[in-house]
Amino acid sequence: MYNSIIALASMGGLGIVLSIGLVIAAKMFAVETDERIDQIETALPGVNCGACGYAGCRSLAEAIASGKAPVSGCPVGGLAVAKIIAAILGAEGADAPARKVAQVLCKGGCAEAAQRAEYDGPKNCRIMNMIQGGSKGCTYGCLGGGTCVEACPFDAMYLDENGLPVVIEEKCTGCGKCVEACPRNIIILVGEEYGVHIRCRSHALGKEVRQVCQVGCIACRRCEKECPYNAITVTNNLAEIDYDKCTVCRRCVAVCPMHTIEAQEGKPEIQAKQVG
Amino acid sequence: MEYLLLFIATVVVNNFVLVQFLGCCPFLGVSRQVSTSIGMGIATTFVMVMAALASWLIQHFILVPLGLEYLQTLAFILVIAALVQLVEMFLHKSIPGLYRAMGIFLPLITTNCAVLGLAINAVLRDYNLGESLVYGFGAGVGFTLALILMAGMREELQFADIPKPLQGQAIALILAGLLSLAFSGFAGMI
Repeated sequence: MYNSIIALASMGGLGIVLSIGLVIAAKMFAVETDERIDQIETALPGVNCGACGYAGCRSLAEAIASGKAPVSGCPVGGLAVAKIIAAILGAEGADAPARKVAQVLCKGGCAEAAQRAEYDGPKNCRIMNMIQGGSKGCTYGCLGGGTCVEACPFDAMYLDENGLPVVIEEKCTGCGKCVEACPRNIIILVGEEYGVHIRCRSHALGKEVRQVCQVGCIACRRCEKECPYNAITVTNNLAEIDYDKCTVCRRCVAVCPMHTIEAQEGKPEIQAKQVG
Repeated sequence: MEYLLLFIATVVVNNFVLVQFLGCCPFLGVSRQVSTSIGMGIATTFVMVMAALASWLIQHFILVPLGLEYLQTLAFILVIAALVQLVEMFLHKSIPGLYRAMGIFLPLITTNCAVLGLAINAVLRDYNLGESLVYGFGAGVGFTLALILMAGMREELQFADIPKPLQGQAIALILAGLLSLAFSGFAGMI
């Protein structure tokens, strides 16, 4: 009993002495920190995903407070967060950062694209890609290993039964982790308002594409001719959309013989587009 | 002469990081740049010397007279934590650049096993005050030496063509192993 009282008293006393010392030191070495940094950090999503290019939400908050980064610096939080931060900083007119979502540019799943070999290794696109460019006939398309799905920190992707990754656009924050993860570079970030995509990345000749995939771009140039805004160009046997020019008019969708060009529902035509 | 021997033995022969494997966390975490590793080394050295002093005082004036040796670990951690807080405040005020560069590893000196290991080792080996201080200083210098060596090599490695699976922490661990191997050559010298 006596021993434990001594133990308690001595340790408690030690603690009190040290804490008094620390309080005095804290007063001596007090640093005036910008309290806006804390407020901005609270406003940020706090996922520390690094999509802004800074080490974490705290670093971005510091950069915003010191004016090195714009209030719309967080691509994940988007406009909502930018407005809160603008209010904290008292700045006017947070320019709306265009929200970007990931688009998978390949339609050739198990049903449409032929296999040229059987693959029985680990389900990882990077490994699959290393082995003779994958088991698929098409050496440009999706391998279906789901590495992008694993990379997504927001659960915004899943593999459908056809073996293709699907982006849940409501959940996608445009952080770009899947873009980095994909060894085939078939995922891109596109402004969410654009609803027409050429879902193929194959630079192979039309004839070769037909042999391995029912939905690949054969570079027939019909979309290029049809587009009234010159938004589509065919280079190296592949049609590509210049999203800056695209107005989501969907004319190309109708003429594509391979149904490579796909229109998404719920994304209306952009009316007054300044073509610059 | 005795003190000099003790110092060299602590810095090189029984290097805390590379021979005794204490404090590996900051060793790998803060050894990316020579400049930050020097800062981290100085901060840790300061904490170590202060910890050696404080732990000796506590051991001989509180724990032993009161028969509370079994509270050693608790008391030492308490003192070390307070010391680290002090260093942190001081750095935040005086050298904010270094404070930011060290980031989370500065408060982590609190739980740096090298500091606690030093305090407990000094007691175990029955060092007097002077020896404890030299031991603490030597441990800090040894830690700094290991950190700077590692940081220097990792800076050079930036330009090396490292195979992808080995990039980052993997090559750092291999490097640490080779460095440790080199230091094991000092074994038995003193």
